[in-house]
Amino acid sequence: MFQRIGQAIRGAALMDFVGAFGLGLKYLVSPKSTVLYPNERNIQSPRFRGEHALRRYPNGEERCIACKLCEAICPAQAITIEAEPREDGSRRTTRYDIDMVKCIYCGLCQEACPVDAIVEGPNVEFVVETREELYYDKQRLLENGDRWEREIARNLELDAPYR
Amino acid sequence: MPKAKVNGVEVEFENGMTVLQVAELAGQEIPRFCYHERLSIAGNCRMCLVEVKPGPPKPQASCALPAADGQEIITDSPMVQKARKGVMEFLLINHPLDCPICDQGGECDLQDQSVGYGRDETRYAENKRAVEEKHMGPLIKTAMTRCIQCTRCVRFITEIAGVPDIGLISRGEDVEITTYLDKAVASELSANVIDLCPVGALTSRPYAYNARPWELTKTETVDVMDALGSAIRVDARGPAVLRVLPRVNDAVNEEWISDKTRYACDGLARQRLDRPMVRRDGRLKPASWGEAFAAVTARLEATAADRIGVIAGDLQDIESMKAAKDLFAALGVASLDCRQDGLVLGSGPRESWLFNSTIEGLEQADVILLVGTNPRLEAPVLNARIRKLWMAGKARVGVIGEAADLTYRYDHLGAGPSAIAELAAGGSSFADALKGAKRPAIIVGQGALTRSDSQAVLAAVASLGAAVGVVREGWNGWNVLHTAAARVGGLDLGFTPAPGGKSATEMTAKGALDVLVLLGADELDLSQTDAFVIYLGTHGDAGAHRADVILPGAAYTEKNGLYANTEGRVQRGERAVFPKGEAKEDWSIFRALSDLLGHRLPYDTLEQLRAKLFAEHPTFGQLDYAPGSTPTALDLAALGVAGALSDAPFASSVGAFHLTNPIARASVTMAECAALSTGLKLAAE
Repeated sequence: MFQRIGQAIRGAALMDFVGAFGLGLKYLVSPKSTVLYPNERNIQSPRFRGEHALRRYPNGEERCIACKLCEAICPAQAITIEAEPREDGSRRTTRYDIDMVKCIYCGLCQEACPVDAIVEGPNVEFVVETREELYYDKQRLLENGDRWEREIARNLELDAPYR
Repeated sequence: MPKAKVNGVEVEFENGMTVLQVAELAGQEIPRFCYHERLSIAGNCRMCLVEVKPGPPKPQASCALPAADGQEIITDSPMVQKARKGVMEFLLINHPLDCPICDQGGECDLQDQSVGYGRDETRYAENKRAVEEKHMGPLIKTAMTRCIQCTRCVRFITEIAGVPDIGLISRGEDVEITTYLDKAVASELSANVIDLCPVGALTSRPYAYNARPWELTKTETVDVMDALGSAIRVDARGPAVLRVLPRVNDAVNEEWISDKTRYACDGLARQRLDRPMVRRDGRLKPASWGEAFAAVTARLEATAADRIGVIAGDLQDIESMKAAKDLFAALGVASLDCRQDGLVLGSGPRESWLFNSTIEGLEQADVILLVGTNPRLEAPVLNARIRKLWMAGKARVGVIGEAADLTYRYDHLGAGPSAIAELAAGGSSFADALKGAKRPAIIVGQGALTRSDSQAVLAAVASLGAAVGVVREGWNGWNVLHTAAARVGGLDLGFTPAPGGKSATEMTAKGALDVLVLLGADELDLSQTDAFVIYLGTHGDAGAHRADVILPGAAYTEKNGLYANTEGRVQRGERAVFPKGEAKEDWSIFRALSDLLGHRLPYDTLEQLRAKLFAEHPTFGQLDYAPGSTPTALDLAALGVAGALSDAPFASSVGAFHLTNPIARASVTMAECAALSTGLKLAAE
């Protein structure tokens, strides 16, 4: 009974309207959380899991040693690896494919990697027009690595104390 | 029987058992690296430490400690756990921990046991030692830094393979496993050290970096590279067979396999017939199954039955031979043969062509006579079994035939058939031993049974056997060692010429036939025949080269099939991968052909075929049973036909061990091994 009377009084005094207007005014003066993408960007955590890349050592040697741990752990089974001895006898992949359509960006591949070869870099802007372009091969992943090495290295360094 | 207490549970054990074995009887798992059931005890890894009371108040190596009555064995006390942690830490001091690039990763004893019994972190910050790689031939890849000096490989090569090529040199921190003078290990069983190696120091070279154990589909099947029918496991990824590993079968191969069994599998991907072909204008051209069948039926229908011949090869399963026999018998063909080498056995009692003592039963023998056989090349695993007997001092071995290095000492009695008569006449010490033997065994090889005078040789050997009592109450030591996996199956099936039929040798003569059907038969001289050759098989080898029509079949890893080994033990092979390309299982090709020829075979599935097979030939129905395990009488006097013996020495039927069948001949690894063993350093690349 009292509840209904209170509700009627609040309705008559336009309290809902006043409250909403107040909220609107508050957001009018508070800092904006939206950004003007692509002119502005949000802050990214060093742990951000974006597009994959295969890294190289500073001397240009590819890091991946074909241990297949990423392939084994991948919950989406998006990674396919084939390997054989390279001419110098070292263990290398002959094929390293990631199906970016299957990938769920969980980051387990980079957790599993013993040599920090496969990493998920900061890049999120890899939209393409066809599905086939999302089937990344080793070449593409290594190119990604070369392109993003500076950012990836910095992120790994920033995250290192927590590992 | 003495009793001991393991963790408070009392178990009975047999005298002579070690503490480790007693603990295993009680169901306690003891970690170990150097101990192996089939090798001598070394006791140098110290991983199997347990606490034993009464005894000194310190952990003891259980593998080398004899168990005693009333002993109390504790396998999980804090002291034992601490000792294992310590040993594991020491073992890992010089281990490189390069598991990600190690092929053993995922199936490594050291990996598993360090997770199970070791510490979770290293405390070792000093430099690790590094050891140079050793050359062990084209099969074994070494990474000796990973070695933990368990010496299993040394003991295997010395004790079982009998080729002391691997050894341990230096002491303490400098200790190294090496081959003498860096030469390849010259044994047909060498690659078994890869399975024995508990770490990744010895790994498979052809399989290097190919795959991880968790990616592979494992199929348990039997081997067809020799007539022993060793138990194997075929590991495949997708359509490719990547490796072959042994399984334990105490009755046949214990847990060893020959290098050919293990490494010929890369031949399954090369030189394959993956589509039907028909010869047009002198060249084999790809065709559809319909065209190939049309060519075959047209020929078969136009030819009289007595001008058609069928020869089955060495790797055939029993079902395909059964289907072929049913079809061609229905067509009235009498010339069927499964003995492309010209073997003289095949009529008479089944026991006459079996390895009657059984392979396991051979261990009962006290005198063994080898006639015209080199078991080291023809059946390396059996040779290891004979060596085991000889090592234990249980048997004396005599050889009539080539004086090859068999890895054990033997009395060489002569090279040719004349030695049989000399032995029968007595006088030599071996003749006396053979006469006085309680369980004598004669192993007759294909070298003695595929000659032009083989009937006479057979009669001479059989009468010698009868004279020394090779077959007696509770013992049948008449052993025929075959070299082809399909041979005993074919003979048991009666895949031999019917009355009026021609034998394989007669069939390939000039003008003998108008149509010759080869069922995977490649070991024939086809240069003379002018018949229309229909080849059903898997590889582009001798048979396919001469063929007018090729029908692609399935190799042994690609079909479910039965194989009878040299003992007559029927074993089931399982399909690991699918046949290549358009190839089909062999029996189903005959089934399809029978429809077109108007003699429909009465089975549509392999189960129906097997049901018919077991009904008509009950011997095939008993899987994994060796008929010789219940010794039956055999009238040796009825074997062979006495006649003139030539002076030509016996030669082993296996010339080049690594190249005995189409699969092995297509294998790059086998070619490399063959080049090495003939001393020709052919460039493998």
